[in-house]
Amino acid sequence: MKKSNDREVATPHLAEEWVGKVYTFICILFLIITIFSMVYFVASKGLSTFIVNGVNVKDLLTGLKWKPDGEPPMFGALPFIFGSFSTSILAAIIAAPLGFCAAVFMVELSPKIGRTFMQPVIELLAGIPSVVYGFVGLSVIVPLFRDLFPGQGVGIAAGSLVLAFMILPTITTIATDALASLPAGLKEGSYALGATRWQTIYRIVLPTTLPAQMTGIVLGIARAFGEALAVQMVIGNAPHIPNSLFESTSTLTSAITLSMGNTAMGSVQNNALWSLALILMLMTFVFVFIIRWLEGRKKL
Amino acid sequence: MSAKTADKIATGVIVFITGLIALALLGLLGYILFRGLGHISWHFLTSPPETIRKGGGIGPQLFNSLFLLVLTMIITVPLGIGAGIYMSEYAKAGKITSAIRLVVEVLSSFPSIIVGLFGLLVIVNKFNLGFSLLSGALALTIFNLPLMVRITEQGLRSVPVQQKEASLALGISKWKTIRSVQLPIALPIVLSGSILAAGRIFGEAAALLFTAGMSSPRLDFSDWNPLHNDSPLNPLRPAETLAVHIWKVNSEGLAPDATQIAAGASAVLIITVLLFNLGARALGRYMHNRFTASK
Amino acid sequence: MKKSLIVTMALTLSLSLAACGNNTNNGANNGNAAASNNAPTNNAASADLSGSILASGSTALQPLVDQVSKEFMEKNSGVSIQVQGGGSGTGLTQVSEGQAQIGNSDVFAEEKLDADKAAELVDHQVAVVAMAAVTNKDVGVDNLTKQQLVDIFTGKVTNWKDVGGKDAKIQIVNRPSSSGTRATFEKFALGTKTEDLEGSIQEDASGTVKKLVSETPGAIGYLALSYLDDSVTALKYDGVDANVDNVANGSYPVWAYEHMYTKGEPDAATKAFLDYMVSEEVQNDEGDVVEMGYIPISKMEVKRDAAGAVTK
Repeated sequence: MKKSNDREVATPHLAEEWVGKVYTFICILFLIITIFSMVYFVASKGLSTFIVNGVNVKDLLTGLKWKPDGEPPMFGALPFIFGSFSTSILAAIIAAPLGFCAAVFMVELSPKIGRTFMQPVIELLAGIPSVVYGFVGLSVIVPLFRDLFPGQGVGIAAGSLVLAFMILPTITTIATDALASLPAGLKEGSYALGATRWQTIYRIVLPTTLPAQMTGIVLGIARAFGEALAVQMVIGNAPHIPNSLFESTSTLTSAITLSMGNTAMGSVQNNALWSLALILMLMTFVFVFIIRWLEGRKKL
Repeated sequence: MSAKTADKIATGVIVFITGLIALALLGLLGYILFRGLGHISWHFLTSPPETIRKGGGIGPQLFNSLFLLVLTMIITVPLGIGAGIYMSEYAKAGKITSAIRLVVEVLSSFPSIIVGLFGLLVIVNKFNLGFSLLSGALALTIFNLPLMVRITEQGLRSVPVQQKEASLALGISKWKTIRSVQLPIALPIVLSGSILAAGRIFGEAAALLFTAGMSSPRLDFSDWNPLHNDSPLNPLRPAETLAVHIWKVNSEGLAPDATQIAAGASAVLIITVLLFNLGARALGRYMHNRFTASK
Repeated sequence: MKKSLIVTMALTLSLSLAACGNNTNNGANNGNAAASNNAPTNNAASADLSGSILASGSTALQPLVDQVSKEFMEKNSGVSIQVQGGGSGTGLTQVSEGQAQIGNSDVFAEEKLDADKAAELVDHQVAVVAMAAVTNKDVGVDNLTKQQLVDIFTGKVTNWKDVGGKDAKIQIVNRPSSSGTRATFEKFALGTKTEDLEGSIQEDASGTVKKLVSETPGAIGYLALSYLDDSVTALKYDGVDANVDNVANGSYPVWAYEHMYTKGEPDAATKAFLDYMVSEEVQNDEGDVVEMGYIPISKMEVKRDAAGAVTK
């Protein structure tokens, strides 16, 4: 009698436990299926340029001419790859020192202003849609550069400046977290030895938080690398490696958004764009691995 | 140069640069709001857009953005919280778990344009959902899931382990403990995190260009049956969101007041994101006060 | 523990299968709904048409179709038309694969699709779009010959003074090579394909092109007539003004048809809509076509086939 009673209590209990396990497992399974199907579909589309259309991988990666409609068609994506790397790295070079300064200000100099004013503003900056960034870039930065420098204002310089604004929140937030999580004793020890604030920041804080700072910068570069609409509006989109920072050029993303809708699925022109998307995806993997590696170093 | 001078110079430079950033940011916000606010009116917020005539509004787009947000959150929140719970409570430390973690990380750093293209290829074409709100919501779910998982994990980790153990010691099942002890405590973090994620949905355009489409069909705002074609609630209709509308008006707009419309819509977008941020903060604070009984 | 794992897997699998099943059911239901919606139209008179139509493709044609579809739906409340952008390539792909009933395109299907796929599509030409070369207002040129245009767009001439303008560097604002607008311009204005020159700007969207041309010193680009306004100078082509009359009588050659393709013969609702597109009401001087800057198909005194041969 007693035994069956026990079972009656135990069964709903166990069933409930199962519901939880199964439900959460389905959720995670969905996530995993999604990413694998993404990789699969993008890869199968991107690789068909080489398999179905017979384009040489090396030609695509190192070719300088992008003429998908030409006779014969040419698919040299190097200008796009170059454009993507140069704009995103330059954006990080602009944004990293700015983000670090802002973080130092918010953590070391004036936490009060930092918390009540800087942080909300920077968070808001992260929320501004890329379309708006692109439009402001086209209406403000491009005309400004056109007046100040030779050229038409569009190009890597304009693109990376817009991107720098866009990745500033990422870099600043991570830098701030890194500085704030530093053990207080470390800084106090330095001050106690008579070091000035700048010496402490420069000699102690910066080297200790460097891996974390780098994580922020790589995350920023990754975001800049994948940004499409804002860049397309200010980069100029000529499929050439430019001679200066103020000359029209393209990135992987801008090449994709510019032509994806205009080409029919399954055509070689369209497949070539998927190959660019595949490169973009592979670069995402690389960035994630770099970030992992940096985070591994941080723990040491 | 003495260390003291260097310190002064460095401090000055840092303050100067921070001031510069603040100025640039405020300038950016000011520029968008200043240009746009003048154009915002009740008429602008509620009336449908015009193709070639003046005086078009952003009513349907605003509705689409909000509805898409709700739809996405309906899909994302249960999935994200579920996956987050699995990662923080059920997954055992090991190779598989760390592989899953890597997968989540990769997913979270995929460029939105890749998500959009995948959406076009699989959701729109293969599943035959067409350019629709549902396609858009699914694409955005892919986009937001990793964030949601991370937020849930973070929230659950903030729960004091004693509270969990006390519940388990009372013989309460693990799932029940998660549901009625851990989740409520983690709720403030999860909630404010999801609101921030929602703000991201609001501004997304690249992924939606290829999935939710760029047109807003005739809507009949008196018909709320989701199965009707003209109903605003029908998830299978194409829907242009506010961010996509800005992109379209900027690039192809034929209306004589296209620039003002774009400026006005941008300002509306910024204000909404601002409201989301403030809302997330206020809610987080309120919930924190309520649950921790710190009066 | 092992057992529990197996059960979990089984449950998950069955659940996900069930989910899939649901999906396909939904898809089928939708198909049925659409089919049953269309069915009565075949028997009933055109008075009460019903069905849902998806027209997707060309962004240049989208505003017109959008506008006309709204009027059509007001007259035929049973029909629901959704108009999508996405580009000519997307439109042709979708109509060819049956995802859309109508594929809007700036170019003949033969130029984008494989011959066998293009052969399945039925062409409905609904309007004509003409393009004019436009320059920044300061270059001091209002007419260019075909040869001068070719020289500019192939990079042989790089200064405006060589074509009768001021001493200013020429800045090309082109379209991407996949663009239908560019294809038309190259085919009928230049008569040759051009390469993307170093330093040239490429934008797909007409609004952006106009903005850049109006702001950049020495800029030249090309726009559909509907986008022309005071901010840029529209050039004469070989001395001929880019206007509706010159296009209609065949003296201005830079124009193209706007196509609405269907796969095979359209169903009743789609056919009614396509008929409405070319009806007098839409195409006359007060109709949408003219108001939105397109040229009515009925006005054209010349015809052109896919190969580009013009007949009176």
